[in-house]
Amino acid sequence: MSDSAARLADGEWHRLHPASPLLKGGIALLAVLGVVLANLRERLLALFVPQFGEQDDDPVDYILGHGLVLQALAVVAVVLLVLVFAFYLSWRMHSFRVTEEVVEVRSGIVFRTNRKARLDRIQGINIQRPFFARLFGAAKLEINQAGQDANVALSYLYAPAADVLRAEILRRASGGAPEPALEPEPDGRRVFDRRVEEFLTPEIDPRTAEPGSVVHISAPRLAGATVLSLGFLVSVVLIGVAIALAVRFRAFGLLFVLVPFVLAMGNVIVRRFLRSLRYRIAGSPDGVRIGYGLFSTSNETLPPGRIHSIEISQTLFWRIAGWWEIKVNRAGHSSTQGAQGQANTTIMPVGVAADVNRVLELILPGLPPGELTTLIGHGLGRTAHDPFTTSPRRAVVLRWLSWRRNGFLVTDDLVAFRSGAVWRRLVIVPQSRLQSVAIRQGPLERALRLATIRLHTVAGPIRARLGAVDRDAAVDCFGEVASGAVAAGHLDTTHRWREGRA
Amino acid sequence: MDKLELPAAQVSGAWRRVSPKLIVVELIGGLVFTLIAAAATTVLLVLHLFWPAIAPGVLTIAGIVGLALTPRRVRAIGYQLREDDLLFRRGIGWQRFVSVPYGRMQLVDITRGPVARSLGLSELKFVTAAASTNVTIPGLLLADAEELRDRLVSLAESRRAGL
Repeated sequence: MSDSAARLADGEWHRLHPASPLLKGGIALLAVLGVVLANLRERLLALFVPQFGEQDDDPVDYILGHGLVLQALAVVAVVLLVLVFAFYLSWRMHSFRVTEEVVEVRSGIVFRTNRKARLDRIQGINIQRPFFARLFGAAKLEINQAGQDANVALSYLYAPAADVLRAEILRRASGGAPEPALEPEPDGRRVFDRRVEEFLTPEIDPRTAEPGSVVHISAPRLAGATVLSLGFLVSVVLIGVAIALAVRFRAFGLLFVLVPFVLAMGNVIVRRFLRSLRYRIAGSPDGVRIGYGLFSTSNETLPPGRIHSIEISQTLFWRIAGWWEIKVNRAGHSSTQGAQGQANTTIMPVGVAADVNRVLELILPGLPPGELTTLIGHGLGRTAHDPFTTSPRRAVVLRWLSWRRNGFLVTDDLVAFRSGAVWRRLVIVPQSRLQSVAIRQGPLERALRLATIRLHTVAGPIRARLGAVDRDAAVDCFGEVASGAVAAGHLDTTHRWREGRA
Repeated sequence: MDKLELPAAQVSGAWRRVSPKLIVVELIGGLVFTLIAAAATTVLLVLHLFWPAIAPGVLTIAGIVGLALTPRRVRAIGYQLREDDLLFRRGIGWQRFVSVPYGRMQLVDITRGPVARSLGLSELKFVTAAASTNVTIPGLLLADAEELRDRLVSLAESRRAGL
């Protein structure tokens, strides 16, 4: 198998894992067929054997009673054969190749599709292992490109081959020199043992991760974070009120209304919890690796310079434990949902300040020493000698509690907006990823001599916007960012991230 | 109360303004809106529906105020091509300044509405990877718009940056 893994990137057309059609649609199809047969077997039989329609007997009895077993089996066999042939054909027609410049996929029997991904435009590579695919030792490799629905998916590959192929694609995209690919250790063990082993290994191969760079989230912390999240607390309060009302007015029917609500909430919480389990973030020579999931796992590599803005936020109750969440805006979107149920934008569901520091080190490599410490120290907490330019006192009209905290910091590499006294937020935008910058002022702000700064990056959950800034400070910031973004854009070499390192 | 203005150090040359003919286009659009609102108000008042008439009535007044401010609003639109970026401004009550580096431009669009076309005007739209950039320069003469587009495309080409 290791031989085939190395061969996959040789520029020739290759086929996918033979179980692919089954994994992609087959299991669902079988389940649907089963349900249809269970519900409509009498109707179906009446279709094939008209005289059966008048009788009310069980069809199985009918078949046995009339000696039609052979015919029935023949029908089933024909259907199965057609299915297997269709699966075989779809597998046969689905092929891919990896050359020095592109990854190309051809598929379809009647309607042919052909999709190419240019390697230097890659925004991230994701390896997913859904539960059933893991049973077959298969994995899905997805290459994210900028734009909606612009991904190229290789589903499915042999799991060890997927890892090697990803390393090779990233190596070519990075402009780095060829190096011996990291081959899975050869083993003579039986298939079953290998599957068990694959189930138990961590999502991130410790051999490829830089030592000391791994952040992981313990189950108790994840549970605590869920309990202290605003949605959970509000739901608990609502349910409490409903129960109190039901008891007070003896209207126990109300409780039945709650049942679906509680079930839905429980489902969301359990799923979020299970998917966030075994959450790990690690650095690699080709960018950040994010892996998570217990039964269905996902493991994504984001090359450097693919993150367009970063938001570190803390809801009110998380402050008790000092927890933070990190979200990012990215140009490419993975088709599956992330650990938190939304698109893959939350890269750290929960962590303390030290974890924030380590994650930022990974996703913002190459910052001058000390800059990150300053950014996190002043950005998250409140300290003396604040380097941020904060709002003037008159901004208290618009920012009642947070005017002392509301501020910005511009360095050569990034722009940081800090805001919120109750719901703390720190938004960081790398200057080299900035698309444009705007400054605006409405009548109220004009009366107070204030203005709003807005940074435009690719679409995502984060809007980099800072209101109620002193007007002159905002104008200076606008000028500084407008010229800084151009300079940073010229110096940026992350699209060929290994070329400069040599 | 002073308006938002960029310091001279940031502004390299004079602001280029859009064609005054744009006032006519904007006035026609505003007039249509105001007339519809006024008609709705009148109908409701004739039917002695006083309370429901308030909403279209307010819209009518807003439309009239908007019409009165149109010439100033059009004169407030300006742009200039700086060394490395395009600077765009608009608005009098709600002012907005945007700077778009040439290298970030993904494409430049020229569109023409029916009224604008009859006056020989067109609209230039800049698209970056961020939808929120939202820079549209209205009221350019077609020849100017085409020249500006070609210039911007060549500038973007020479300063090409990634996403």
